[in-house]
Amino acid sequence: MEISQHNDHIEISELDPFLAELLRQIPASASPDGVPAAEQRLFSSPTNGKEPELCAEWKQYVEPELRRLFQSATETVAVDLEQLNGNEKSLANSTLRIPAKHTDAWLSALNQARLVIAAKNNFTETELSDHFRSPIGSRRDLSLFQINFYGFLQEFILRDMGT
Amino acid sequence: MIVARRMMLEAHHRCRLKAHYSMFELRASYVSVSTMSRERRRGLGCRAQSKDTGGTTHVWGETGSVTTAEPTKETRSDEDLDLPWQVVVHNDPVNLMSYVTMVFQRVFGYPREKAERHMLEVHHKGRSILWAGMREPAELYVQQLHGYLLLATLEKIS
Repeated sequence: MEISQHNDHIEISELDPFLAELLRQIPASASPDGVPAAEQRLFSSPTNGKEPELCAEWKQYVEPELRRLFQSATETVAVDLEQLNGNEKSLANSTLRIPAKHTDAWLSALNQARLVIAAKNNFTETELSDHFRSPIGSRRDLSLFQINFYGFLQEFILRDMGT
Repeated sequence: MIVARRMMLEAHHRCRLKAHYSMFELRASYVSVSTMSRERRRGLGCRAQSKDTGGTTHVWGETGSVTTAEPTKETRSDEDLDLPWQVVVHNDPVNLMSYVTMVFQRVFGYPREKAERHMLEVHHKGRSILWAGMREPAELYVQQLHGYLLLATLEKIS
């Protein structure tokens, strides 16, 4: 896999089918549906459970806005990922271009996915620091690899944004 | 009467929604919960106008008709709302350090060095106070930080 910066987009080329599949899974992985721990993480309390009145109003007015914001990001990413569906040869490497104006949406969707996967698997801080664990082993190892791969992409996008 | 209150809330909410950016943008407009609750208590809608007549509140809805709403009960005093508050960001092992730094720069307009100092404080001490002041801006900051998926809370300074 190669990542390169261009004027108006980031290009990820030589994507093997495995990594391409991990990318395709971003929108689905970002969904906290059916996982209370993930839901709780994405929509955390604004006051650590204190100030019940504020928390209730937050749930009523702010949470729907956050949902809209997060969904908008994953929808943008899902549209970009359609580029990976056109390859007739399923085992061929593919290329993905992320438009510069979509980088915020990608950062958000990648972050949502990482947080949801971490909450689903209840990863410890030590596990999250293990960047060299092989994805081949168990579903848990694959999930950790997914978090690290998405983190790597986030780092590249941040660098591209000049932060 | 319930309908009138709902109209006020919906009018207020529509007004807020109108201000939103159509494109996905992390810096979307943010609703202040305390503003909403206070305005609601005072019987103020956004498009709807109201006039307090000492006990009953008349509401002019979008259709121009006048309805009557019951005065809402005060649950927080203005003094309580004006107490100093602080915006605290808590450690999260998933969020990248570079990402957290970028968020602090964007949300608070901090220079990179200051943003990094706060990020490292969060990383090493588990939390960092990013801002302190009036409740309304503090709420807006927390809302923006949640939009970036950071663990942020609002705390009353005792």
